Amino acid sequence: MLLEAAGIKKVFGKLTALDGAALTVGENEFHGLIGPNGSGKSTLMKCIAGAEVPTTGKVSFVNTDITAFTPTERARAGMSLKFQITSVLPSLTLYDNILLALQAQSSLFDLVFSRTRGLLHDQVMAMLRQFRLADRAFDAAAALSHGQQQWLEIAMALAGKPKLLLLDEPTGGMSLEERRVTGELLQPIKQHCSLVIVEHDLDFIRDICDRLTVLDQGKVLASGTVLEIQANKAVQEIYLRRA
Amino acid sequence: MGAVKQAIPAAIGGEADVAMDSSGTAKQTSPREILPIVEGVVLVAALLAPLLLQDYLTVFATRVIILALFALSFDLVWGYAGIMSFGQALFFGSAGYGVALLARDLDITNIFLVLPAGTIIGLTFALLLGGFLLLGRHPSSVIFVSLGTLTGSYAADRLARGWYYLGGQNGIPSIAPMSLGSYEFTEGPAFYYLVLGILVVVYLLCRFLVRSQFGLALAGLRENEQRIAFFGYKAQHLKAIIFTIGGAVAGLAGSLYAFHEGFVWPNMVGVVVSTQVVLYVLFGGSGTLIGAVIGAVIVEGVSFWLSDNYRDIWPIILGLLLLLVILFRPLGLISFVLGERERVGSFGARPKENVKENVKEKRNAP
Repeated sequence: MLLEAAGIKKVFGKLTALDGAALTVGENEFHGLIGPNGSGKSTLMKCIAGAEVPTTGKVSFVNTDITAFTPTERARAGMSLKFQITSVLPSLTLYDNILLALQAQSSLFDLVFSRTRGLLHDQVMAMLRQFRLADRAFDAAAALSHGQQQWLEIAMALAGKPKLLLLDEPTGGMSLEERRVTGELLQPIKQHCSLVIVEHDLDFIRDICDRLTVLDQGKVLASGTVLEIQANKAVQEIYLRRA
Repeated sequence: MGAVKQAIPAAIGGEADVAMDSSGTAKQTSPREILPIVEGVVLVAALLAPLLLQDYLTVFATRVIILALFALSFDLVWGYAGIMSFGQALFFGSAGYGVALLARDLDITNIFLVLPAGTIIGLTFALLLGGFLLLGRHPSSVIFVSLGTLTGSYAADRLARGWYYLGGQNGIPSIAPMSLGSYEFTEGPAFYYLVLGILVVVYLLCRFLVRSQFGLALAGLRENEQRIAFFGYKAQHLKAIIFTIGGAVAGLAGSLYAFHEGFVWPNMVGVVVSTQVVLYVLFGGSGTLIGAVIGAVIVEGVSFWLSDNYRDIWPIILGLLLLLVILFRPLGLISFVLGERERVGSFGARPKENVKENVKEKRNAP
């Protein structure tokens, strides 16, 4: 298994956000994490990404216990994250945003003497083309539409060639057309990368994911293939209850 | 609904140097480069100053140039890396004390010994303090760093006041002039041009640094430290490095200041001078090197003029002026002439072949 999170408990004061949640993701697997609001999806994502430290529980990644790793160490181990709130660097150009992500592990010498800029140019442009942003390469990221910023951010998250990408609501605030394109953009990365994706849009999840885990009140309600989950009575129940 | 959201940032980024033609393809026009013009004007003015100013004003101008060098050091740390250092005078003053002791106790005044010594003192103190404050396993909070540096500066001030060897309250008076062979640098045009030369060299080195890919990493750090860490950057290391470089520049400025004034006193390591440098940079415009220089020149120039003409109330007037600038021009005076795009700047030359790559898919034209 690429990622194994087990027995994750996270307590904020009196609130128990996660109560023994678990998640396993295999190589080249697209895994959807769904559940009602407040079920602990984002918290679980943060515990995996290193933005929060679980109260108890263990996260292992490529057979290494990374529970106490800092975000930098996780990134260097091959994990990447796209935040829920877009956090592209607005005043920098798209080109610089991507380059910044690409050269994260370069030596200080290469950075100071800007050797990376020439070496990585083709990769930067290739990423921008892949995410249909090449014609805006030298615009400031702030000038992009919301959907384009999300794509830019996915491109940045993929720049370091991660083994696992965590996407927190990638289609939030997108139009239907933009959602469709996002799905198209994500498909090809399956050849070299696994995905954990938190998303409210169930159609989107169903289209691109192999397996799903459903959280409810901080616990795993069900986990399995998309078909299994769709047939699951308990899952139908919580979604009906909500509706 | 994306269209509504994008209108706002687009308006902010309106001064971008990329024009869109009617087909929606980004075309690169040559950027309106105001920054080099500002830098050139400041340099020419600085070169001509001693020819136009009376002698006593040249002495004042030398002091201002040294303080501008000091302001650069704070700008690197705050303006470029977002580290709130309220103790920059610690490095400035300790280097000043260091070279004063070299001159007093060991008779070392050779410029090629004292200036490197001062730089190394500043660098060492910054490395120690920065290592302690910034190199934790998890990022340190802004409050922790600003209080830590403030405390360092305050403690150094108290130490200097209480330590007899350092001259206590009076500091170290009548330091011998800096020398080069038999030549002695005393106040006047020669000292002025020496200091200006050093400022230009340091300025160019800083410019090279902040426009490199290291500078790009710093820009990312300043905007969103967590994001940079998630890319795999060792954000704390980047901060410690720039903090140390800032300390070295402050040390260089402090040693020049000690020899120029001919004495050092406890204020020089203390909170007052630490705050002063913050004001220079905020006033001129943090995050641009020339803003720091201009800020130092204007704050010092205005206080000099005010103290001459409004003997009693000048600090109040100065305080009001500073408040006005910080309220209405949070990016400093430089933002009157520099647009946002140019303030952030570019990092390295643009690759040549990008023009043909621009003609690609054009999607989502709003």
